[in-house]
Amino acid sequence: MDSVWSRLEPLLPQVQKPARYIGFEDGAKAKAPQAHLVNWCFVYPDTYEVGLPNQGLQILYEIVNERSDATADRSYAPWVDLEALMRANNIPFFSVEHHTPGGSFDVLAFNLSAELTYTNLLNCVDLSGVPVRSAERTAAHPLVMAGGHCTYNPEPLADFVDAFVLGDGEEVVGEITDVLTRHKSDPASTRHAVLVDLAQIESVYVPALYEVSYDGPRVASIVPATVEAPHEIEKRTVADLADWPYPREQLVPLTEVVHDRLNVEVFRGCTRGCRFCQAGMITRPVRERPAEQVRTMVAEGLERSGYDEVTLTSLSTADFSDIESVVNGIIDDSEATGRDAVSVSLPSLRVDAFGVGIAAQLQRARRTGLTFAPEAGTWRMRQIINKLIREEDLYQAVDAAYSQGWQRMKLYFLIGLPSETDEDTLGIAELAKNCVEIGKRHNKRASVTVSVGGFVPKPFTPFQWFGQNTSEELQRKVNLLRDATKRMKGVSLKWHDPKATLVEGIASRGDRRIGAVIEQVWRNGGTFQEWSEHFDLDLWLDAMAAAGITVEDAVYRHRTEAENLPWDHLSAGLHKDFLWQDWQDALAEVGLEDCRWTPCYDCGACTGFGIEHVVASATPPAGGSQGTGQDLSVGGAVPVTLMPRRAPAAPAHAGSGGGG
Amino acid sequence: MSVEPTNTHVRIRFSKAGRVRFVSHRDVARLFERALRKLHLPVAYSEGFSPRPKISFGLALTVAHESEAEYLDVELTEPIDLEALPSALTDALPQGMAAEAVIEIERRTPSLQQSIVSCHWSIEVLGATMPEITSRIDATLAAAELPQERERKGKTTVADVRPAILDLEIVGPTSDGVELRAHLGTESVSLRPTELVHVLDPAYREGRVRRTHQWIIVDGARCEPVSPPGSSTRHDLLRAS
Repeated sequence: MDSVWSRLEPLLPQVQKPARYIGFEDGAKAKAPQAHLVNWCFVYPDTYEVGLPNQGLQILYEIVNERSDATADRSYAPWVDLEALMRANNIPFFSVEHHTPGGSFDVLAFNLSAELTYTNLLNCVDLSGVPVRSAERTAAHPLVMAGGHCTYNPEPLADFVDAFVLGDGEEVVGEITDVLTRHKSDPASTRHAVLVDLAQIESVYVPALYEVSYDGPRVASIVPATVEAPHEIEKRTVADLADWPYPREQLVPLTEVVHDRLNVEVFRGCTRGCRFCQAGMITRPVRERPAEQVRTMVAEGLERSGYDEVTLTSLSTADFSDIESVVNGIIDDSEATGRDAVSVSLPSLRVDAFGVGIAAQLQRARRTGLTFAPEAGTWRMRQIINKLIREEDLYQAVDAAYSQGWQRMKLYFLIGLPSETDEDTLGIAELAKNCVEIGKRHNKRASVTVSVGGFVPKPFTPFQWFGQNTSEELQRKVNLLRDATKRMKGVSLKWHDPKATLVEGIASRGDRRIGAVIEQVWRNGGTFQEWSEHFDLDLWLDAMAAAGITVEDAVYRHRTEAENLPWDHLSAGLHKDFLWQDWQDALAEVGLEDCRWTPCYDCGACTGFGIEHVVASATPPAGGSQGTGQDLSVGGAVPVTLMPRRAPAAPAHAGSGGGG
Repeated sequence: MSVEPTNTHVRIRFSKAGRVRFVSHRDVARLFERALRKLHLPVAYSEGFSPRPKISFGLALTVAHESEAEYLDVELTEPIDLEALPSALTDALPQGMAAEAVIEIERRTPSLQQSIVSCHWSIEVLGATMPEITSRIDATLAAAELPQERERKGKTTVADVRPAILDLEIVGPTSDGVELRAHLGTESVSLRPTELVHVLDPAYREGRVRRTHQWIIVDGARCEPVSPPGSSTRHDLLRAS
């Protein structure tokens, strides 16, 4: 197939970071697209540095390339400087391995991990010479597909994406390839026939086969427009991670990227039950990778890549059964081979599972950054979000870390949670101050970085009914915290721009009518919206006005029990009545224990699929099913009601965020 | 940790050509760190909170420029088989980068940064014709001074760049322009190939640019920090220009 390389190469000296576009990373596959095979292009619709490390994309890239009937390339959104040159020189969107034009592939498959990348999806499709709207595509065009966590509300992109995949992609990607192979050898095949066949695959959603009706700001119904489309689309779940030791050859880029280290996924799913956390809800049940396989993947990965750092990825790695001995084993293996010191990092550490033991293990090698996520500043609030860690747990973890030599740590919090009061918000500053004081007992220069993000309610969580805080309200809370931490020595505050949080809210729970908004923002040049230098709220507000949709309806409105949600025809396994009950429990400040070690609540995730948690250890970590073993009724005597929304007021400070 | 006086210091010569020329100097350093780890070489590390491998590079190569003569110094905690190193290292580096040769150097050898005095370059100038560029070169070489506005460390300054142009000659026409051979100083006044093209004529554009030599002075004589493979002595290169 054609390559755009000879036309691209002379332009590269003119752009920033040209190494983004050259391919041939260690681990890249040489297998080129061929006309008689099913050719996939997996696209991460953000910069190369952000997209390359994405594990989901790398897993599918390898699985497809292992097939004899298919090939897979990768691509990323070209930065604005190259895009301008591409458009001026008529160079289409291309893959980084073979520089094959986007329009020459059978499938452009997008990873959707963040709402603010949606306009980039449209841009990549358009740069490929493919109509952005599915309805305008013909048999000559690639299929545009998408997977990833954002597809649990696919409706905002329903007009642009031909087929969405819900859940784990390892098996589905093969089943799609089978369908496409069959159609490729059938001269009588039509695009519609392909879409109908794709819709027969479990967990594949073809939005063009559904009809939506509306009731004012609400969705009245989303129903099949044809008998060939299923009424409900269930997510896919791979039962055993041990069957999927991917990526086998993690890509090692030539230029620096985020998470530039070896990443090994140690488990998928989480049953801690944090009510704000979409990932924890939609990826259930917990499926641990066998410890031996983890150790082998780490040892081989380090050897092959030359990395000296490995991250054990999951939603809460300290929950992995017997994590201390796994970390120990990795460091022992590394020392046995005479390698340089390897450092092990565990993301998303829960404070209740972090003791001196694991702190000591981690610092056997080089110390890396340490991040804890208490998420909320008061016990009352943490009961509401079901992140049942007590202040003592946090202080004990912080003490353990400082005592083992760490000087600095990061604490993550959310603001704009249901029923949040100013006392809850200011509790964040209080916790940070106390952590620094503990640190100072061990080290004079102890410091804490507090990172706050505005809460965006997500589909398939108990908070999916909650009306998001206005951006003005979030900014007011940021300002409260800024004032409170200003004079706290050793505490620095970072925050996510509340304006960006508002736009995330538009896409997070919007219905199909948001598609017109996304298209107009893109047409008006609104790409790379997750980059503060390109983010432009006015583009969004103008497009909302043009589409006749208000942010009050789309974002700030509390949803009711009776109303249909735009994703009700999809299923993440969770029963809607379970989620509603959990929402009511949240408002009543009732916590829910982790079901790995307690009786089943019948949330639906296991029973619906006939699978179970795969957990090596029968005993919960750190002494309790929520890690604490405390009486869950402790501390929460304040009755909770949904707060009436504050009238939007001009923000007292114009500052818009210190990153985050 | 390493006891310095017993450590072995090696100087590696490598080339960089093709697609990999778009990888920045900083990223090349990272590529070498990973390549050295893959070979399990006993690289010495700095002390402290976050130890760094003791590797140092010479003059940065502009992104998109190729080179036949790049260098790095590596400190090792014990001697290694120098003969086997170039091919093993080449295998561990990305396509387009090759370790050409390696020598052991004295512990007190001045750093590459300090000792490089000049470089030879092959520069393709686009938009130039033979007769026109000939007169431009003659005028440039005849000029007593060439004040140029340049950016260094984020600041724009005016400097006379004439002393940095040690030699300039035409190799011959290419399909899109003219290939030059330039000898440019890197000491007190330095000039980059991109800047040289601009000095000749702001309308000229730069095509393929390749560094062919970097020079140091040893005992008063100009030589390469590491000779390329196949040359028996350093001094046979003294007549290279």
